[in-house]
Amino acid sequence: MQLTGAEIVIRCLQEEKVEYVFGYPGGSVLFIYDELFKQDKFKHVLVRHEQAAVHAADAYSRSSNKIGVCLVTSGPGVTNAVTGIATAHMDSVPMVIISGQVPTAYIGQDAFQECDTVGITRPCVKHNFLVKDVRDLAITLKKAFYIAKTGRPGPVLVDIPKDVTNQKCEFEYPKSISMRSYNPVVKGHGGQIKKAVQMLLDAKRPMIYAGGGVILSDAADRLVKLARTLGYPVTNTLMGLGGYPATDKQSLGMLGMHGTYEANMAMQNCDVLIAVGARFDDRVIGNPAHFGEVARKIIHIDIDPSSISKRVKVDVPIVGNLPDVLDELQKLLEASAGVPDAKALAAWWKQIDEWRSKKSLKYKQGKEIIMPQYVVEKLYEVTGGDAFVTSDVGQHQMWAAQYYKFDKPRRWINSGGLGTMGVGLPYAMGVRFANPKATVACVTGEASIQMNIQELSTAKQFRLPIKIINLNNRYLGMVRQWQQMFHGNRYAESYVDALPDFVKLAESYGHVGMKIERPADVEPALREAFTKHKNDLVFMDFLTDQTANVYPMVAAGKGLSEMILAEEL
Amino acid sequence: MRHIISILIENEAGALSRVSGLFSARAFNIESLTVAPTEDASLSRMTIVSTGSDDVIEQITKQLNKLIDVVKVVDLSEAAHIERELMLVKVRAAGKDREEMKRIADIFRGRIIDVTDSTYVIELTGNGSKLDAFLEAIDRSLILETVRTGVSGIGRGDRILKV
Repeated sequence: MQLTGAEIVIRCLQEEKVEYVFGYPGGSVLFIYDELFKQDKFKHVLVRHEQAAVHAADAYSRSSNKIGVCLVTSGPGVTNAVTGIATAHMDSVPMVIISGQVPTAYIGQDAFQECDTVGITRPCVKHNFLVKDVRDLAITLKKAFYIAKTGRPGPVLVDIPKDVTNQKCEFEYPKSISMRSYNPVVKGHGGQIKKAVQMLLDAKRPMIYAGGGVILSDAADRLVKLARTLGYPVTNTLMGLGGYPATDKQSLGMLGMHGTYEANMAMQNCDVLIAVGARFDDRVIGNPAHFGEVARKIIHIDIDPSSISKRVKVDVPIVGNLPDVLDELQKLLEASAGVPDAKALAAWWKQIDEWRSKKSLKYKQGKEIIMPQYVVEKLYEVTGGDAFVTSDVGQHQMWAAQYYKFDKPRRWINSGGLGTMGVGLPYAMGVRFANPKATVACVTGEASIQMNIQELSTAKQFRLPIKIINLNNRYLGMVRQWQQMFHGNRYAESYVDALPDFVKLAESYGHVGMKIERPADVEPALREAFTKHKNDLVFMDFLTDQTANVYPMVAAGKGLSEMILAEEL
Repeated sequence: MRHIISILIENEAGALSRVSGLFSARAFNIESLTVAPTEDASLSRMTIVSTGSDDVIEQITKQLNKLIDVVKVVDLSEAAHIERELMLVKVRAAGKDREEMKRIADIFRGRIIDVTDSTYVIELTGNGSKLDAFLEAIDRSLILETVRTGVSGIGRGDRILKV
C-alpha cells in the first residue's frame, strides 16, 4: 500500500512499540502531526520547550530501558533540542529524535526556520541521517532504532524534509537490519576473561569500580552476583548509583570528586581494580598522573573499545556487552579451583573499615537552619528509599547522590556527563511516563529549576504528581563553593537575586506549593507531600543553609587520596 | 610519530565531515587527508596522515571505528606500505630558466603537462620528501603556484584493505 512519508513515520513508531513521543509541533512537521492526530496507538506529550522534550524522552529511556522518542520542528526546534541531545549523548542514552527540515528544494537557501541540523548535531549524536527520498524513510528509521539501542547506546537523529513527509511510496517495515559498517561486539574475548579471573583471584587489595554501563546494559544483578562471590568491595560512579545496592555492606558508596573517603582511598590503594562499564572520567579518578603513582593491575570491561585505555592504561581490556562478559566471568570463576586470598581480604576490609570510620559524610543539623543534606536524608526515609529521584546539576545533585541510598538500578536519573542544569523537572516527567505508578522526586535548586520551570505547565496538563525538592540556598551553590575555595571568596555572579515566590508560582500553575524554613518542619512537610498530596505535584521550597559545601572534595587536578574533608576546614 | 591511516567509509553525503569533525572535536591532528570513491562506488577510501604518540593513534583508530559509516580502518604505517603524493607546480620558464627547469623536472621524473611562452606546469609523483626535494632543487623565485594532493597509501604484497 502506498503511504505518505508522514504516515510512514507514524507506522514505524508503532512498529517499534513506542508508547510516548515527546515533542512540539511546527511548520516542517505538520504533516507528521496531522497523522499523529489520526491515530491512538501511541500518545504525544506536548512540552513547553523542545529542550524539555528531549530531556523527558531521555529520562523515559533511562528509567525503563525503552527507547525515548522525540519530535521537533526544523530550525529553532532543533537548536532548542541540542542541549538535550548532547546531554543524552554524554550519558549514552538510547533515543531517537525526529526533526523536521525545510523542503529538499529549499535546503541551503537560508529558508525560514532552516538550519543545518545534521551538521549542528553531528558531534553530539551517535549517528544522524537526512532522509531526502521517501523510499529511504522506513529503513532509516529502522536503522535509527537499531543503532540507538545496540553497542554503546546513544541518541540518533533523523532529519526529514517537509516534502518527504508528503510524498508517497510503498511501505514495508524491515523486520531486521544488518549494516556492514556497524557490528557491535557482544561476547568478550575468552582468553582475556580467563586472565581477568586469575588476576581477580590473585588480588590482595581488590576493588570493583562500577559505572553507568552497568545500569545501561541491565547488568546490576550480575554485578551483585560477582561481588558476592568474591566478597570484594564495590564503589559506584555517579552514573552507576543503584547498579550495586548502596545499603549493602560491600558497598563503599560513590567515588570521585565528591565520593566517600573510603571509596576514594580504596580506589587509590587497591592492587587489582576491575572497572565495569566505567570510563575513568576526570571527575572520578582526579589527576590521572597521581592515580598512576600507585602500581595496580586494571581489568576494564566496556562495550566501547575507545573507552579503554583512553585516560588510564589498563592491563586486561575486555570489549563486550556487560551481561555477557559478566556471565562468562562468573562461570569461569565458579569453575576455577582458586579462591580469593581470605587473609589478605580480611586485612583489606580492616583497612577499609578504618577509612569508613572517618564518616566522611557527616554533617551537623542544628535547630535553626535547614541543612540540605538533612532534607535528602529525610526524603530517603519518607520514601522508604524506593523513589525515582531525578536531580538537576550542582551541589544538590551531589547531596542527592551522597545521601539517597539507591538500592536499585534506574532509580537515580541525572546528567552526569554534560552536567546540564534544567534537566530535573523534565527528567521527572519522563520517569513518570515510563513508570506510571512510581513515586518521583526531583531534587533541585532554585537556580536549576528555573532553567525549565515552564514544564510545570506540562506537568499540570498530564497530572504528573512529581515532588519537587527545591534546596533553595539563594546561590549557584557549586559555583559559590568553588569561588570560596579557589577564587578568594569573590562570589562573581553566583548570587541569585529576585527569586520568585515558588509557592505562589506553583499554585499559579495549579500545583501545591510549600515553603519550609525550619529543620523541625522538614520531615512533617515531606510526609504531608508524599501522603496527603500523593496525587499532586508539590513544589517544596526548602530554605537551606547558604554556606553549606559539598564534602569530601577532590579539587580539580588533585589526586583521589588528596581529599578535603569537612572537618579540616 | 607519523602514521598513515586508511579508511573505507560508506560513500554518503557528509561522510568526510564526520571524519574531519571527529579530528577537530578530539584535538587530533591531520597533516593531510585525501578521499575518493573506490572501484565499488558505494565506498570511499580515505588516507589520513596524522602525527601523535602511540596512545593518540590508538584513540584515533578506535574513534574512527566507532563512526557508524566507517567500514574498516587500517594503520598502513604498521607494516610495509607504499605512499605517493601528486604535485602540480607552475613555474616561470623563460629564457635561460626554460632549459634548466626541464632538466631538473627530468631528473625527478616529472612531466611537463602545460606549456606557454613563459611557464610550465610540471606534474610530479612520489613520496612527500621527493616532492619537497624537487621544490628545494629549483629556484624558489620561479615557483608561481603549487598544489599537492596529500598522501595516498596502500599496503605492500598481501596486505589488502577491502570489504
